[in-house]
Amino acid sequence: MQYDSSNEELSTGSRILATVLRILLMVAIPLIAFFVMYQGFLFLRAGDAPKWLVTIVAIIWGVGGVAALYWIFNWLVEQMGDRWRAALQPFVFVGPAVAILIWYLALPTFRTFWLSLFGRDGPPRGASLSETFGAMVGLSNYGAVFTDRLMREAFRNNLMWIVFGATITVLMGLLIAVLADRSKFERIGKSFIFLPMAISFVGAGVIWNFIYEVRPENVPQIGLLNAIVVGLGGQPQDWPRWAAVIPWNNLFLIVIAIWLQAGFAMVLFSAALKGIPSDLMEAGRVDGANEIQIFFRIMVPYIMGTIITVSTTVVIFTLKIFDVVWVMTGGQVSTEVIATQFFRQSFIARNSGYGSAIAIVLLVTVIPVMIYNLRQFREQEAF
Amino acid sequence: MQSQRSKRLVNGLLVNGALLFIVLLWTVPTFGLFISSWRDREAIQATGWWNIFPHRAWETVRVIDVNELGLDATAPMLIEGTTATFEELRAGVETPNGQRLTWIGNRRLGRIEVQEQNWTVDWDFTTENYRQVLGGKDFELTRPDGTVEVIPGDDFGGAFLNSLAVAIPATIIPILIAAFAAYAFAWMNFPGRRVLFIMVVALLVVPLQIALVPILRDYAWLGINGTFLAIWLAHTGFGLPLATYLLFNYISALPRETLESAFIDGASHFTVFLRLILPLSVPALASFAIFQFLWVWNDYLVALIFLGSNPETEVVTMRLADIVGSRGNDWHLLTAGAFITMILPLIVFFSLQRYFVRGLLAGSVKG
Repeated sequence: MQYDSSNEELSTGSRILATVLRILLMVAIPLIAFFVMYQGFLFLRAGDAPKWLVTIVAIIWGVGGVAALYWIFNWLVEQMGDRWRAALQPFVFVGPAVAILIWYLALPTFRTFWLSLFGRDGPPRGASLSETFGAMVGLSNYGAVFTDRLMREAFRNNLMWIVFGATITVLMGLLIAVLADRSKFERIGKSFIFLPMAISFVGAGVIWNFIYEVRPENVPQIGLLNAIVVGLGGQPQDWPRWAAVIPWNNLFLIVIAIWLQAGFAMVLFSAALKGIPSDLMEAGRVDGANEIQIFFRIMVPYIMGTIITVSTTVVIFTLKIFDVVWVMTGGQVSTEVIATQFFRQSFIARNSGYGSAIAIVLLVTVIPVMIYNLRQFREQEAF
Repeated sequence: MQSQRSKRLVNGLLVNGALLFIVLLWTVPTFGLFISSWRDREAIQATGWWNIFPHRAWETVRVIDVNELGLDATAPMLIEGTTATFEELRAGVETPNGQRLTWIGNRRLGRIEVQEQNWTVDWDFTTENYRQVLGGKDFELTRPDGTVEVIPGDDFGGAFLNSLAVAIPATIIPILIAAFAAYAFAWMNFPGRRVLFIMVVALLVVPLQIALVPILRDYAWLGINGTFLAIWLAHTGFGLPLATYLLFNYISALPRETLESAFIDGASHFTVFLRLILPLSVPALASFAIFQFLWVWNDYLVALIFLGSNPETEVVTMRLADIVGSRGNDWHLLTAGAFITMILPLIVFFSLQRYFVRGLLAGSVKG
């Protein structure tokens, strides 16, 4: 190896220069990127460009921005030495996800609990510790949650939603899956029943409002249900708003959720039924079991795991039901549920303490499922 | 043997019949909405949508001038061989030969219409409803009697674009973030890996209601309430646990040898992720993408809270709910509006149903 001293010097100089340049770049590129993204944000917020242009810019800015962030941070880390890179790169990959999860879900559970200990305006701003604790109302919001008339109504209705809505959804799903499994028209039949899964609760609300539409007795009914009822010689009713049958008018809202979710249950059951080994069923038939016995003694035990999964999912979903009630009755005529009460208290009455207490009650009801999930995860040992 | 076969036939009929019945029950509501959205606004209000099918309806075949006959409306009258009072005639009287007589107008200046039942269909379809609902500007409506009425359009066109601007990034961003995280959880070693993943699993079922009040406060402080950025981040946060969990299950099951040979060739984690993992994970990415897209497009609550303050960014579900609230009896608008909100999810759903089902089967508990 032969080095010129001047060459050596030059290479030292250029190395310093390269390092300086690299550091400058490491600072400049993120700065430029953030500047460009901030300009995009301002453009979108101003919103005076044509709508289609705003839409396109928003999509490119949002998706491109996130991709650019990963690229830049990874580039920064890769400029560093091997040791630093090995230590930091995993956090470039996992960091954004963890940060967002903490910001959007993990921390809010504690923050909401904290808010629930205060009155309608939350903890006083800029107050000393003793003042903050002085403003606390303790658990009185929770007391109100369990004694307030509207909340008790909401609990009763949510119970109805679960007892009728969730149960019938699961049973319908199972029934359709079994029927479809034996039919030649399985694929097309399942597609049609699955279709409402693509419809929003607001859209479904309109669809069913139209079915329940009521007209005076002496003019033709334009709602399908009332047309049938009148055709059979009955009285037209405003079904979901039929005050005389409270609380059973809730069933007309529950039907909508069943209509939307049965397809989901059906798909999972259908896949589970396909997994039953056919010799097992054959053996049952050879032993002289009839179809009903085969269903209860072989099929149901075999797909028990799926039944539990589907049931918990549907129950959790039903527990949080909001849109359909909000759009159809707005909680009038004794149709209030927990989630509509939460929305009403938090965002209309602006009582953050009370609203937060309701949210915490919702959280507590799903904790058993959370524990079950964690236990399942620990048993997997894949980690 | 014969009875065995007939039994099987009966069974098949029963099964298919029951299935057909349920399919009809599940399809008719949407079908009725779809048909109604194309019917004339007056027709929707007057008759049920099922009148598009052949049915028997009364049609006027002849008109009798009351004055010409010199009838006395205060007493029962004899017309065409039928005796009836004025009140009965107002309600319509059926004659023995299957015709119906109806008195139109008051006692003095009325006329009697002779009607017959005929088979008809009400096929008065129109695109006006969609034009009014989609348009953002004033909309001119010509009534049957020739008068012109100007009504503001409902700007579903603008709301549709907003929905796109919300749903596309709110689908891609969480997938990108979750895929990076899933890769790190599956193939990288770092302190806190296990604890952080347990957090992901625990957050799977946390109801999003818990986050709304604190996040709204943060947004107010940051000044981003009512912006697209606000709702993208919110949907990203709420969709991330499931996305990370599903993608981890998929990415961690990819064959180790493929990755190792890439590392031996000197590829960095970033390159491996971009060139190898992402292309290999397309099925999992697609199924979650459909799931998240439908979820975001159909969402009402999150949009209401984070976009509710800004009419410029209103999405289709909010527009539709607005009309339900303010003009719940304008069925020509509601049906067309509802169908506009449904069209894109239905296309996505039907074209990519296989991926969607696969995604559901992979795990479906969402907070």
